Amino acid sequence: MNIQTDIKEGIVRGGETLKQHRDRLMEATKRTGHYAGLRHMELRDEQPIKYNKLFSRLRAGVVDARETAKKIAASPIVEQEGELCFTLYNAAGDSILTSTGIIIHVGTMGAAIKYMIENGWEENPGIADGDIFCNNDSLIGNVHPCDIHTIVPIFHEGKLIGWVGGVTHVIDTGSVGPGSMSTGQIQRFGDGYSVTCRKIGENDTLKRDWLHESQRMVRTTRYWMLDERTRVAGCHMIRDLVKEVIAEEGIESYWNFAYEAVEHGRVGLQNRIKAMTIPGKYRQVGFVDVPYAHDDVRVPSDFAKVDTIMHTPSEITIRGDGTWKLDFEGSSRWGWHTYNAHQVSFTSGIWVMMTQSLIPTEMINDGAAYGTEFRLPKGTWMNPDDRRVAFSYSWHFLVSSWTALWRGLSRSYFGRGYLEEVNAGNANTSNWLQGGGFNQYDEIHAVNSFECAANGVGASAFGDGISHAAAIWNPEGDMGDMEIWELAEPLVYLGRQIKASSGGAGKYRGGCGFESLRMVWNAKDWTMFFMGNGHITSDWGLMGGYPAASGYRFEAHDTGLKEKIANGDPIPFGGDTDPEHPVYESMLEGARVKRDKQAITTEAMFEDYDLYLNYMRGGPGFGDPLDRVPQSVADDVNGGYLLERFADSVYGVILTPAGDGLRGVDEAATAARRTEIRQQRLAESEPTADWMAREREKILAKDAGTHVQQMFAASFKLGPKFEEDFRAFWSLPEDWKLNEADLPIPSYGREYTMDLSELPDVRTVQLVEE
Amino acid sequence: MTTYTKSKIKDLVDGTIDRDTLQQMLSTPKDQDRFVKYIDILQEEVPWDDRIILPLGPKLFIVQRASDKKWMIRSFAGHDFCEWTENWKLHARIRVRDSALRMEELYPRLMAPSTDWQVIREYFCPLSGDLLDVEAPTPWYPVIHDFEPDIETFYRDWLGLDIPERAA
Repeated sequence: MNIQTDIKEGIVRGGETLKQHRDRLMEATKRTGHYAGLRHMELRDEQPIKYNKLFSRLRAGVVDARETAKKIAASPIVEQEGELCFTLYNAAGDSILTSTGIIIHVGTMGAAIKYMIENGWEENPGIADGDIFCNNDSLIGNVHPCDIHTIVPIFHEGKLIGWVGGVTHVIDTGSVGPGSMSTGQIQRFGDGYSVTCRKIGENDTLKRDWLHESQRMVRTTRYWMLDERTRVAGCHMIRDLVKEVIAEEGIESYWNFAYEAVEHGRVGLQNRIKAMTIPGKYRQVGFVDVPYAHDDVRVPSDFAKVDTIMHTPSEITIRGDGTWKLDFEGSSRWGWHTYNAHQVSFTSGIWVMMTQSLIPTEMINDGAAYGTEFRLPKGTWMNPDDRRVAFSYSWHFLVSSWTALWRGLSRSYFGRGYLEEVNAGNANTSNWLQGGGFNQYDEIHAVNSFECAANGVGASAFGDGISHAAAIWNPEGDMGDMEIWELAEPLVYLGRQIKASSGGAGKYRGGCGFESLRMVWNAKDWTMFFMGNGHITSDWGLMGGYPAASGYRFEAHDTGLKEKIANGDPIPFGGDTDPEHPVYESMLEGARVKRDKQAITTEAMFEDYDLYLNYMRGGPGFGDPLDRVPQSVADDVNGGYLLERFADSVYGVILTPAGDGLRGVDEAATAARRTEIRQQRLAESEPTADWMAREREKILAKDAGTHVQQMFAASFKLGPKFEEDFRAFWSLPEDWKLNEADLPIPSYGREYTMDLSELPDVRTVQLVEE
Repeated sequence: MTTYTKSKIKDLVDGTIDRDTLQQMLSTPKDQDRFVKYIDILQEEVPWDDRIILPLGPKLFIVQRASDKKWMIRSFAGHDFCEWTENWKLHARIRVRDSALRMEELYPRLMAPSTDWQVIREYFCPLSGDLLDVEAPTPWYPVIHDFEPDIETFYRDWLGLDIPERAA
């Protein structure tokens, strides 16, 4: 007897299910080396004008949608800083093109679509025209919970032909600490509201249960609602645009474009690698501090109260055929903090960097990802193997890891003479002023000042880095208007100024950051905290340039400013330019001041008239500072970019009075001083081999802080080759062992982990070599 | 094909490039003849005649040593560190800033790294005292061999140039 199987037609154009469609594409990609097996790009090659017309129209449309939709938002993070982006995907969830903005999400929203495809969303909850999905789950590819995705399927004649995704960085997700990138929690369960590809709307209408639930899960309800309307409006604009384009150009053309564009992006990357780089191997490393063994870091679990260092060595291999591999062997294990990242955000974010040098085109899509081999060992901080990890400030180490990659690529650009592309690195984009309580409108509120969308830029090989100008994660850096921040936060600006000596020294110096002095005003039950690098500077400098300065905190309580203002006495308006010679303290007698290297804290109580210094970091330098044009050093001092004493000690420049309080250069004395410094360098240095012999003795004696030893021990465990190379470099005997278990600090998570993929009925999407 | 005069490229090398040309260089496809012009400019500036094969920094080069055709890593001042495949930093002079006092020669107090977390290692040319590279790792960190170029593929396959002679 024949049994009739109930074979249901899939929803994808042509009748495949989403899973069949993606499987077929991935198999063809793997088999041929070309995306979707597209050895020939028929539309692009045979109808190039039509292809480019489709591209230009759609690209302009997604940018237009972003610009229009962002005006709906009330949050200054979106409206002022442009922390949003829209991306168009083909049916398999691979991005075709993306708008401007936070384009790291070119991959993260695609990862969410792929998760839906791989986990049978087509059958349950079902995918229909007019549906709206929401995702912010960092375990399946999001950067951190505050980046909320709205995803809308696009149908044509009843069949799915693609997707559009929109993302905004919301101001609060209801995590343990207020603010979008908070520090107080150490596990996902305190990391805020987490939504996994949930169907939140049908027939273009948001469901009431979703609206009621989601609003009460966060502190900043109004911003949350308006951000969501921003995303939905942008997605619908783009969906309408796709329908218009199909009506005019035909579905076949659109369909072919949706796949050829990805292959085009892949080939384009390969061509750019050959046009701009040099084949070979490049090695570099990034670090950042996690100083949690401090009274002002109040986390719920003792096992998290430890000082640790996050570590990412990287090796870039560029091959003769223009393909490349990025290997992060030796990276640290994930940790009990909020600085972990998913493999997709780590890799997708690298495209944000590449669009600023290697692929500065409008065609940013998943083609570049298919053209790159990533190796992220499982269990590392950027590919965790435990479902408890928190992600809320993944950027803490993302930015510090990626800055090393600039150095590698810049060696290429420098070698070929493309000096205009050289970048010594990006700043550690901090501090993040965050906190919450009741605001000036008597509402429950949270803040995350995005002023650090304007940090210093690394120096290039032709000139200085731009000051107070940019952030690696948003190519449209902007510090925002003080007046707007004052509307959004119960914090008055007392001053805003360049942060002198924050840029790394060099022939060309790194761009300086800036600082804002904020006074709490009209807040109730208010808290704030600091989030940035302190003990470690992430950016090394390049080819003789020095790293950018590292961070510190300043906060003052019981300031007496209320009385001083009433009496018309002097109060701080800035000008405290040198933390080695502080000024504010002398104006705040009797105040409780915290000015130290503890640049990460958790919620501390603040009252009206308390002060908070928000210091944005600088970028690293390029080349030997003794080769800097002396007058440029004088200009730096005159402009407030360099504290005067470093003109001599770093640059060997002897300044002279030049009238009106300005400084000029004594050329002869400068030349003599520079000769003296060069002699001093030789006198104070030694052959590297001699220093290595002494350093080796320290290693044999385990002479280093526990946090340093823990970093190496954790990296050895996950990166056997890293350990092998370390042992070989230092010629260590067999019996020299370094195990975390032997160190006098807890290392929970060292042996026992449980990955998301171990949950029943869950298929995770692996996009990198592990 | 995009191209620039040697004079404009020299301006770039000297840090005096005009903004319009810089913008063009950044925003248009790369000029494929840049490398040859660039090497010519650098060759005129160095105080020795050995052929530059690849620049590694403003004052560091891989050169073909005229006397024996070996490819060496050489400083601007003329010190040969080692053969091109080795890590030149192992043959340089080093100064390690591992105290607050040393760090505060570079940064104001509180803006310097804490030396029990991170040190600064400066690598100098033994002849001139030029600062050729700076590393800022944790204590114990191996000296990084940061670049191993595949020069033969680069010259032959990517640029279509003859590979300079190299003695084994």
